[in-house]
Amino acid sequence: MITQHLPILQVIVPLLTAPLCLLVQDRRFAWGVSLAASWTAFLIAALLLDQTLEQGVISYELGGWPTPWGIEYRVDTVNAFVLLIVAAISSVVLLFAQRSVAKEILFTRIPLFYTAYMLCLAGLLGITVTGDVFNLFVFMEISALSSYTLIALSEQRRALTAAYQYLFMGTIGATFILIGIGLLYMMTGTLNMQDLSQRLPAVTGTRTVETAFAFLTVGISIKIALVPLHLWLPNAYAYAPSVVSAFIAATATKVAFYVLLRFMFTIFGVSFAFKTMPLNFIFMVLALAAMFAGSTAAIFQDNIKRLLAYSSIAQIGYMILGISFASVTGLTAAILHLFNHALMKGALFLSLGCIVYRLGMANMEQMRGLGRLMPWTMAAFVIGGLSLIGVPLTVGFISKWYLVVGALERGWWPLAVAVLVASLLALVYVWRVVEVAYFQAPSPAHAGEIREAPRSMLLPTWALIIANLYFGIDTSLTVGVASQAARQLLGVSE
Amino acid sequence: MNVLIGHYNYWIVIFLMMAGLYVVIAQGNLVKKIVGLNIFQASVFILFISMGKVEGGTAPIVTQGVSLYSNPLPHVLILTAIVVGVATTALALALVVRINEAYRSVEEDEIHEQDQSF
Amino acid sequence: MRPPIQPHNLVLRIAAKMLIPPILMFALYVQFHGETGPGGGFQAGVIFAAAFVLYALVFGIDLARAVATERVLSVLASLGMLLYIGVGLASLFAGANFLDYDVLAQERMEGQHLGIFLTELSIGMAVAAVMMIIFFAFAERGVRR
Repeated sequence: MITQHLPILQVIVPLLTAPLCLLVQDRRFAWGVSLAASWTAFLIAALLLDQTLEQGVISYELGGWPTPWGIEYRVDTVNAFVLLIVAAISSVVLLFAQRSVAKEILFTRIPLFYTAYMLCLAGLLGITVTGDVFNLFVFMEISALSSYTLIALSEQRRALTAAYQYLFMGTIGATFILIGIGLLYMMTGTLNMQDLSQRLPAVTGTRTVETAFAFLTVGISIKIALVPLHLWLPNAYAYAPSVVSAFIAATATKVAFYVLLRFMFTIFGVSFAFKTMPLNFIFMVLALAAMFAGSTAAIFQDNIKRLLAYSSIAQIGYMILGISFASVTGLTAAILHLFNHALMKGALFLSLGCIVYRLGMANMEQMRGLGRLMPWTMAAFVIGGLSLIGVPLTVGFISKWYLVVGALERGWWPLAVAVLVASLLALVYVWRVVEVAYFQAPSPAHAGEIREAPRSMLLPTWALIIANLYFGIDTSLTVGVASQAARQLLGVSE
Repeated sequence: MNVLIGHYNYWIVIFLMMAGLYVVIAQGNLVKKIVGLNIFQASVFILFISMGKVEGGTAPIVTQGVSLYSNPLPHVLILTAIVVGVATTALALALVVRINEAYRSVEEDEIHEQDQSF
Repeated sequence: MRPPIQPHNLVLRIAAKMLIPPILMFALYVQFHGETGPGGGFQAGVIFAAAFVLYALVFGIDLARAVATERVLSVLASLGMLLYIGVGLASLFAGANFLDYDVLAQERMEGQHLGIFLTELSIGMAVAAVMMIIFFAFAERGVRR
């Protein structure tokens, strides 16, 4: 009986936890209940993915209102996959969180931290699960507002300006999306995604729909941090508390990317988005710009968190490049990279979290000799870095492989070369960290005091690292689901 | 002429939208930026609400002798969007209060200077 | 914190004392009239909070805080949200979809009635509490230069 309610429970379980944390105001309780809720959400996501793979699309009508009128939650392979990775990252990050949060966030604010965290998780899961565009906007604002709060909970004052900047960019992006939704509603009289996709072809020639498309593309691109609109991202990731960096870096842009897929492929359809509108060309140029500008900027960063943030911008470029191919392989690569990049960035930011826990900061200067002082943490960082570069036997290799295959399939070999060259840039910035950590002597100030991070933080980090390796070797689950999701989005049968 | 007058609501929307965005971009004062953001959001509220207007329709409450109603859905949507806007404004102002405590300034360039010198 | 308006401002104090009860009444009217006419939890919550804001402005924040303490407000806000979700879960356990009011009572109409009443009540609680939290948060934290 309960299985038919899984789509709503996916959102309700974390949403219910948020007021509980506020009500009880106890840090232990807040952490415990958040952890339980997050793992429950992960279990629900796994069950949902299993259901969609077996039975196809699941539809859930809120309040019993029939579909085009009420809000519908609609789960197919694409969003079930995204739900799974978001819930998984959140669960692992929460395992890690207890000690890191106790160290980095003011004692009295800890229950509030978990409240905001659970609201953010509920928002992200809600965006992914809903089949109603306005509902999507509301969840987007829930997750965005709580993530601004989470960033501002850091004790560094630059976090405040970073959160302020993120708030402005995020709100402008969300408002653009709202304008796009309004214009679509004006032309079709519906907010349901499925209904929209059926009604839109009749009115696609109009300028209103084209304007809506432009607003939506720009608005979502701000949320994804696609290159000319990425300026909010580096500071937000760099100055947030470590736990927040790990959670947001691994999930928020991924969910926004899912929203882009949903609008471009399900609602507008490939022929409008890529043939009537020159989106593939625009995306290709921007993706290349993101790959190179992001990686190059990452090379010159001194703060390792900022380095990873710029690397995120570059990785978003790969995903967008995958979309611009508008082919099954390209889209498979994009969805795979969504999943894989969440694993890599989650692992990398968690290992940085361990370093910040011991050192208080993560600049190049302090990293000297850390390979000897914190061997397990640094080993995790190195494996995560290898995955970022795309070395075989890691997940990074799998998604880049599909990307290159997708490019060659289209006959665009210069793009395949570009992917490889951009990966070499990743090698440079990862190497910089490795060189400092392993080949320089530890600064004498650190030598005595710096120990390995506590086990309760190392284990979650290594869990993600092992996931990086596991899904780099056994790709049957990820590639199978991603290619099925890609076919569903493109409307191609098996 | 018809384009100008018949669609006056859209002209208001476009004016407010551009005015709001201009304030967000051009102002260096963090509080004034928030005001700009509010104006920008208000333009979208007006876009939605004017969309719900049905010529000759009354308020959408069932009463005898009336058969033509305005479309209530955009109003409901905008009620939600206004609540979101209030939350955004409150959060932004709260951030400004804390920025002011940390930097002793709410001017963008002064804050930037302090970050650079550090 | 800014000092309250001076005691010799009798007109303001008496006017506020006369206005606050009707404002609270009006909030309750908007709250409970919301099912059949214009109104509802959002509006009622804001009006209700406005009465407290007026009180705090005229008589000082400390006196207002005697009733609306931080703890009370955060409990009220989270209880509002929990009640809303609780209504949804109740219909879920009654065998229908989330927030389907039909199954909350024997009769379908009664169920709708009860469901809307409870959700509006929860929204009213949460909105009133949150508006007050926002007001107090700013009012108590001014930095004077």
